[in-house]
Amino acid sequence: MVPLSAYVAVSAVLFATGLIGVLIRRNFIIVLMSVEIMLNAANINLVAFSHYLESMAGQIVALFVIAIAAGEAAVGLAIIIVVFRGRLSTNVDELNLLKW
Amino acid sequence: MVLFFFVYFSLVSIVAGVLTIAFRNPVHCGLALLTLLLHVALKTDQRYLHTRHAIVLFATAGICGELLLLLLQSPFNGAKGDAPVIAVLKDGDSFAVGIKMFSDYLLPFEIVGVFLLGAIIGAIVLAKTPSSVDAEQENP
Repeated sequence: MVPLSAYVAVSAVLFATGLIGVLIRRNFIIVLMSVEIMLNAANINLVAFSHYLESMAGQIVALFVIAIAAGEAAVGLAIIIVVFRGRLSTNVDELNLLKW
Repeated sequence: MVLFFFVYFSLVSIVAGVLTIAFRNPVHCGLALLTLLLHVALKTDQRYLHTRHAIVLFATAGICGELLLLLLQSPFNGAKGDAPVIAVLKDGDSFAVGIKMFSDYLLPFEIVGVFLLGAIIGAIVLAKTPSSVDAEQENP
């Protein structure tokens, strides 16, 4: 039997991976992918707790998280396209317009 | 057997996650992310093979290591819900999720639908190629 703590540990490692990816990578596309990793880590947690607590709520919420992730990816990619048209770059360090 | 699958899926998802942020080429990053998504999906699918014991503890980012250590030793049992594995497996997992989603969670379901519609419209408007008429007006 796989203990719940093992699922939580995997989820924590994945979440940390995504967080580090968001913080250290400069490519906008890869930052988006890292956000996706963090959402998946949350999904593992939700489903694992849902199973061990014998409740369906976690699995339903995991499905909603997947739907929200799809919307987020669509809008994120559209923003990348717009920014790339204007600047010919997906480097987040060059996107400093909002810093003013 | 369950343990073997768990170890395999966990290791591959972690490695794929690390590779997603480590590769230089965005295409390779995308492939690694796809591997990760596949393995996470398969791993969450094997959850009904075994059960018992519940440990409730929430690991937050900053003190992750210490919390995990506590978690591995914690004997705390949470309150059980109304969906034990036996009952869920009787009609099937998808059946249980479907019944639940279209009864208790109907309003969130509709809200997510509207949200996705807004997201799609926003994405299309943002990503639309500027028409040639606009270009002529800007550069006559």
